[in-house]
Amino acid sequence: MIWGVLQFPGSCDERDALHACEVHGDGARLVWHESRDLNGVDGVVVPGGFSYGDYLRAGAIARFSPAMEAVAEAAAGGAPVIGICNGFQVLCEAGLLPGALLRNVELRFRCHQVELVEEETGEQLSIPAKHGEGRYYAPDEMLDQLEANGQVAYRYADGHNSNGSVRDIAGVTNERGNVLGLMPHPEHAVDPLTGSTDGLRVFDRMSGVLA
Amino acid sequence: MKARVLIRPKEGILDPQGKAVERALPALGFEGIGQVHVGRMVELEAEDPERLGELCEKLLANPLIEDYEIQTL
Repeated sequence: MIWGVLQFPGSCDERDALHACEVHGDGARLVWHESRDLNGVDGVVVPGGFSYGDYLRAGAIARFSPAMEAVAEAAAGGAPVIGICNGFQVLCEAGLLPGALLRNVELRFRCHQVELVEEETGEQLSIPAKHGEGRYYAPDEMLDQLEANGQVAYRYADGHNSNGSVRDIAGVTNERGNVLGLMPHPEHAVDPLTGSTDGLRVFDRMSGVLA
Repeated sequence: MKARVLIRPKEGILDPQGKAVERALPALGFEGIGQVHVGRMVELEAEDPERLGELCEKLLANPLIEDYEIQTL
């Protein structure tokens, strides 16, 4: 499959995302934020960084970009979409994912390896996280609904929820399961040299959406 | 028309910025101040103030986590 990796002014992880898609055995190309056309890609990665300087709120301005209109259409058509960190924030602001990301509970930018548990399989993943606004929030009724629908994809393992996310949630999907957002960075965990290749399992999961 | 939009975290949502400010106050000799919340203010000039509510819902605030108040000046 071929992934389109969005590139906003202020994106900083788009190169690693391209690399991760390639290590995963897929094709990948960059899609500039002003492009209304995704050029026939099969799936989309909305990468990490600080799109549009994170002005106003993280992801608030990026959601209005022409490329995001195309992403919303692709998502509605069932294409896999992965939002990582800032990309997660963008997808939440765009209404493609439920909830919102708030300032970390201790107001510190946290950068460290975290252990995640995949809700569906119970498998543990070791993946780096680096963010200042990663505290997942949704009202209680919405959280109950997400859990009932199986939309909680990843939770922080015990002792790894350093941003104060409600119910230890690290990543959620839309109802259909083809749009995933998570704060930790699977694209930084694809090479044994950097300590873990567990990030590839996130790409496995989402490329499986196409099957 | 000039307007001012005040945006604040919704009640009940943990506001660590407000808490951090609150915790700093006693050390500076300010006693008896509580319930500090930090928000954002946007000033603007609008040709059509009727649409400010929509603007707040769509961009200036995230209604899931923030309340807003529009003041026309």
